[in-house]
Amino acid sequence: MRVATIAAIIASTHHPFYLRASTAAGEDRPPFADEWVAKIEAFRETLTRARPDVLVMVGSDHFHQLWLDNMPQFLVGKAPFYDANYYNEQREFGLPRMTLRGDEDLSAHLLRGGIDLGFDLAFSNELRVDHSITCPIITLRPQADLPIVPVYTNIFAPPMPQPKRFVELGQAIRDLVESWPSDQRVAIIGTGHLSLELGGPRQFGPHGPDPEFDRKAVSWIASSDLDAALAEVSLDSLWRPGNATHGFMDFMLMMGVAGKNVKADYADSLDLFHTMEAYFTWYPEGRP
Amino acid sequence: MSKYLVDKFLFTIDRDPDLVERYREDPSSTVAWWEAEQANLILNCHAGERSTWLSFTDPERDALSSHDYVALFELGAHNFLLLTLFIALFERDYAEPLAFQREFAARLGHWSLPYPDIST
Repeated sequence: MRVATIAAIIASTHHPFYLRASTAAGEDRPPFADEWVAKIEAFRETLTRARPDVLVMVGSDHFHQLWLDNMPQFLVGKAPFYDANYYNEQREFGLPRMTLRGDEDLSAHLLRGGIDLGFDLAFSNELRVDHSITCPIITLRPQADLPIVPVYTNIFAPPMPQPKRFVELGQAIRDLVESWPSDQRVAIIGTGHLSLELGGPRQFGPHGPDPEFDRKAVSWIASSDLDAALAEVSLDSLWRPGNATHGFMDFMLMMGVAGKNVKADYADSLDLFHTMEAYFTWYPEGRP
Repeated sequence: MSKYLVDKFLFTIDRDPDLVERYREDPSSTVAWWEAEQANLILNCHAGERSTWLSFTDPERDALSSHDYVALFELGAHNFLLLTLFIALFERDYAEPLAFQREFAARLGHWSLPYPDIST
């Protein structure tokens, strides 16, 4: 039986201001824009050269469609299309409305297989995805031409799953993609945050709120050092680097996808105002 | 204590452009209307299937009616919802980029960890 190939595994921060910063001109163009664009274009090339056919996109709804009256911990989209971005993201970040194609066959495979592995995954047949999915489309695949399977995690609304569970789900996604009966090349892309503060006293400083955490986190991710990350990170500890730092658990999920102690083939970072950006790519089949 | 309802207010205002403007221009009557007409709507149910029990406490109603984001933070409103909506309300009044966000941070500067619990 033919099974799918993992073309690339990509973990990234998602910064909703990238589109606006990268397209601004003249006085409106921030001084860091050129360096940021150069780093994003180099990162994009790591996906392009892997020649993916379909993208599994791990992200987190920012209280757009998923709400506290009915909050899933992990949810997989299963739809032929995903409309994307919301009025308040257009308003605050200038993000455009988009429509992405879905791959329902891979969605069904992840749902059936994930549930059978013990993850009681929620699903959605009508999901409007937000900037946690569209930011990496804009940075990594701006032509937005590939079908996606969105996987949403709760990094936002306590009670959240434990960090270990994110890692385990990442391992399961890896195994399930590698058993998908298909000749497609799949890239698994997940975005989260390093230290981040939103709606608190440490927000929008000259750097991320906890540069020391960011240095450690970048080193954990680059070497997929799950033992070190799991030893230091807990649901309680993640409040300390910044009150929105639970988004780091999406990086831990991606470390689970990459595999314990598997060094990233590409690692880069950029110290920006407000938060540190970080970009990682693994090639399980060898560097293309 | 009805943190959930405060979050529901922030959520339902933030995603509706008309309600963002209405709340900016006339916070106390918007809060009064919302509590009377909207608070008990279950967002994914027919309007006939309302809840019967949701209302603000006095400090919550006062904080929302006076755009007092410091008080809302201290009452445990969700930090992301609070920031996003208040950027929509007030960023336009500041000339410098991020000036409102930095003032927001400074006005919470007396807080250190642990912050108020946002669990609902």
